[in-house]
Amino acid sequence: MFVAAQMTDDRPPQPGAPPPDLGDFGDRLRRAQGQNEPVGPQETGAGGVNAKGMGAAFRIATELIAALVVGAGLGLLLDRWLGTRPILLLVFLALGMASGILSAFREAKRMGAASE
Amino acid sequence: MEEAGHAEHSPLAQFEIHRLIPLEFFGIDASFTNAALFMLISVALITWFLMAATRGQNLVPGRLQAMAEASYGLIAGAVRDNVGTEGKQYFPFVFSLFMFILFANFIGLIPHTFTVTSHIIVTFALAMFIFIAVTIIGLWRHKLHFFSLFLPHGVPIFLAPLLVPIEIIGYLTRPISLSVRLAANMLAGHTMLEVFAGFVVALGIFGFAPFLFVIAIYGLEVIVAFLQAYVFAVLTCLYLSDAINLHKH
Repeated sequence: MFVAAQMTDDRPPQPGAPPPDLGDFGDRLRRAQGQNEPVGPQETGAGGVNAKGMGAAFRIATELIAALVVGAGLGLLLDRWLGTRPILLLVFLALGMASGILSAFREAKRMGAASE
Repeated sequence: MEEAGHAEHSPLAQFEIHRLIPLEFFGIDASFTNAALFMLISVALITWFLMAATRGQNLVPGRLQAMAEASYGLIAGAVRDNVGTEGKQYFPFVFSLFMFILFANFIGLIPHTFTVTSHIIVTFALAMFIFIAVTIIGLWRHKLHFFSLFLPHGVPIFLAPLLVPIEIIGYLTRPISLSVRLAANMLAGHTMLEVFAGFVVALGIFGFAPFLFVIAIYGLEVIVAFLQAYVFAVLTCLYLSDAINLHKH
């Protein structure tokens, strides 16, 4: 966007003769854009499957599971290091669940803010 | 895909890695594999695409130039919206990342090709690079103040022993969720395509039903290929934003 906008605005005229109908290009562009319905970006795919919704669901699901896995892994590592098996595993499993829910919640909140 | 009918052909065979040019350095297997080949193809295609698209630099863009400008605008917008003006300097990184994943995903959709991004080691390497880079950027910009990221604003201090480990786990989860999301999406989609393509052959005349389904899934996969590349880029932006702006979720 930083450059793309400038590219179309500030470019000096081409050395060759510019197309004669370029003067009303802005008007024609606006008219053409007005004709199109404002469609959301790729809401539904083939077969009416909502790809965006599936992506959102998948995002939250991985968030939950990954946090749980990381929590369990950290717990196991610390247990092995400190020799406190299985106390820290249980503690970090719970923390992992909490972390997963927290990030899933944040993700959902961000999606809600983005769709408004 | 036409091989899917054979009983011995597994739908997972498409993910196998073959050595094309065996190489070994000091006992480390560094062979040139089909994965490496398709990564090279992705990079070559991206280079060709962007060079060809920007060669003309017309005031009114042609098809190729419009595609390049659209992808540029998409990522530039994502960086600006999620990181702010300070994120500008990281735009080349995010854009390269997005284009690489996008092209790898799209190339993988062509039958008989190899999907680089379906391998978790590839996506994990990308995610780990982002994770380490973001941590270094955060530490470099904010010094030790960076660790205040793990204590949300306005939290009573007696809750800190509970919340700080939760936030740290959340931080360590990032490379895993980032890489698993992309690889699992690609793996699942391609396996599903191949399984249903196998049904088409196995069912003979009734194969048209799964065939229609394959077409529908393929359409979905095209969207997923784009969406996952975009999600990867946007999440990279969000992590960068955390490192640059600290508490502005």
